[in-house]
Amino acid sequence: MIIGEGKPINEILEMILKHKKIIVAGCRGCVTVCSAGGQKEVEILSSTIRLAREKDKAPIEIFETTLERQCDTEYLEQMRNYIDEYEAVLSLACGAGVQFLAEMYKKIPLYPAINTNFIGVTEKQGIWSERCQSCGNCMLERTGGICPITRCSKSLLNGPCGGSSDGKCEIDSEIDCAWQIIYERLMELDLMERFEEVEDIKDWSTSRDGGPRRIEREDLKL
Amino acid sequence: MRAQYPASIRIIKVPCTGKVDLIYLLKTFETGADGVYVVGCEEGNCHFVAGNLRARKRVNRVKEIFKQIGLESERIEMFNLSAGEGTKFVKIAEEMTERIKNLGPSPISKKNIGSDNQETVSINSNS
Amino acid sequence: MKTESKLEKLLEKGEFVVTSECGPPRGADADIIRKKGALLKDAVDAVNVTDNQTSVVRMSSISACIILKQMGMEPIMQMVTRDRNRIAIQSDILGAAALGVNNILCLSGDHQKFGDHSSGKNVYDIDSVQLIQTLKLMRDQGRFIGGDEIQGKPAMFIGAAANPFADPFEIRVPRLAKKINAGVQFIQTQCIYNLDRFEKWMEGIRGRGLHEKVHILAGVTPFKSIGMANYMKKMVPGMDVPDEMIERLKSVDKEKRAEEGIKICVETIERLKKIEGVRGIHIMAIEWEEKVHEIAEKAGLLPRPVV
Repeated sequence: MIIGEGKPINEILEMILKHKKIIVAGCRGCVTVCSAGGQKEVEILSSTIRLAREKDKAPIEIFETTLERQCDTEYLEQMRNYIDEYEAVLSLACGAGVQFLAEMYKKIPLYPAINTNFIGVTEKQGIWSERCQSCGNCMLERTGGICPITRCSKSLLNGPCGGSSDGKCEIDSEIDCAWQIIYERLMELDLMERFEEVEDIKDWSTSRDGGPRRIEREDLKL
Repeated sequence: MRAQYPASIRIIKVPCTGKVDLIYLLKTFETGADGVYVVGCEEGNCHFVAGNLRARKRVNRVKEIFKQIGLESERIEMFNLSAGEGTKFVKIAEEMTERIKNLGPSPISKKNIGSDNQETVSINSNS
Repeated sequence: MKTESKLEKLLEKGEFVVTSECGPPRGADADIIRKKGALLKDAVDAVNVTDNQTSVVRMSSISACIILKQMGMEPIMQMVTRDRNRIAIQSDILGAAALGVNNILCLSGDHQKFGDHSSGKNVYDIDSVQLIQTLKLMRDQGRFIGGDEIQGKPAMFIGAAANPFADPFEIRVPRLAKKINAGVQFIQTQCIYNLDRFEKWMEGIRGRGLHEKVHILAGVTPFKSIGMANYMKKMVPGMDVPDEMIERLKSVDKEKRAEEGIKICVETIERLKKIEGVRGIHIMAIEWEEKVHEIAEKAGLLPRPVV
């Protein structure tokens, strides 16, 4: 899923400084699962904002809502009835949700309340880590199911580099060396001969480097 | 309990301090409390294993939020106590009341409390 | 013989070669390169020019190579894949070849986190193994990565690095094999302090006959002080400095430690010379270029042959 993290509260307060009546909108998708932008975070953020504004003698009225998803027009549409009554929307959705909201409601200022960090997993409660860079051309079948593009700090397709020690990456002793894990996996699967095949220069055109991406499925279009 | 604790304290009973969510703590301040403290069982003695430990983490999180928005983080505190320690309970109540008195009223306007007197809320899992 | 490289010629002739390293300055002063070059000129056969090493901005490797070339020296242009995409890489290869740079060392480069611009983006469009492939493709097939034909092939002697001390150890021989598969012709190793581990690696190399497919130059770096030894041990990723080395430095008086560092280095070279499959020495005297001549002399590596 998409993993996000709340922005520092002062940054948010600064963004909404001039507004007196706003919508704080969460999303029940990925950001709910990673505890960055679900209903609970909407409540906590709204309460925090009210406390801060009360303290500064500049009270603010907040309408709290959490949409099913902010990356689908049908759910964003639900805001149409009341959005005009507010001065701004503070969205706790990922970057995609915030943008889609902006595309739909062109006349109201929109502010992001979270930073969208990566596509990742919940390692355990309270710990998330990155797994996919969405390069658009998956090669996991060749690397024992571990993505070197994402998990090697240098995205080496023919790693490991010379900086790996004790199974950790040179840039941070908390980060596992992806190629150490790939090596271990390939050993376990008895596929080490694959390691010596040179992985060819990658076609990055399916990645962000090829420009903004879109997918069209004729069979699904209405 | 026979011992007297300060009258400005309101007690909210919860089955376990692990039930105390971040939003409860924030709402208490929003409605006008000047201070809030959570009294959980002794660490290591939680009937639900880690409820009191979680409560402490949440109290600490509120302290962080307060620091960021410029409210005194001393307005919220976590205490641990075993069920039989009535005297210690009173001591904590007095300590918190004193602390809040020294800090003065919270800058948040009073709502739903119906009184302009200083109020401290004790969220308590002990009976 | 594929190139005009003096290094390649010497190695093909079976000479035991000596190379060294020259870090470009953090400014536009060409005299700094000239001074370093002069110190190395008669001591070694070829000189590596680092490419923004440790991700700190410096004069470009390509320009510093040209300055050395103008002094009649043989530069080895280091190129990292951190800062350039395939367009810039191929363009720089063409440019360097046009100016007479005949040797290249293919590296992935230190992560920018270590440098003075840690907030920058990295590129890593291709990695070091793919850079080797690219050079081979350009030189031998006269093609760009994109497939088009090159008018005027860049003829470079292709090198790469190997670090026998990084983990996992078991992958270090296969990784060299992979670089050989990609087309590498010479290898310069990470600084060797743990000779036992290096010998074990070389055993693995010989076991697969890889020493006959690639020229291996063993890397050494003299210690200037205990501080430097400790820094190398603790701070430099993938560096293996045995405690005995640090103990040995500690055992002599402070003012004699640099001298002891040189002595250790010379002894290391003596031992490396005897290892089957080691075809030369790469002396990396970091900001201590004035000592390279002395080290080479004491290790019996002088005079250098003339091609």
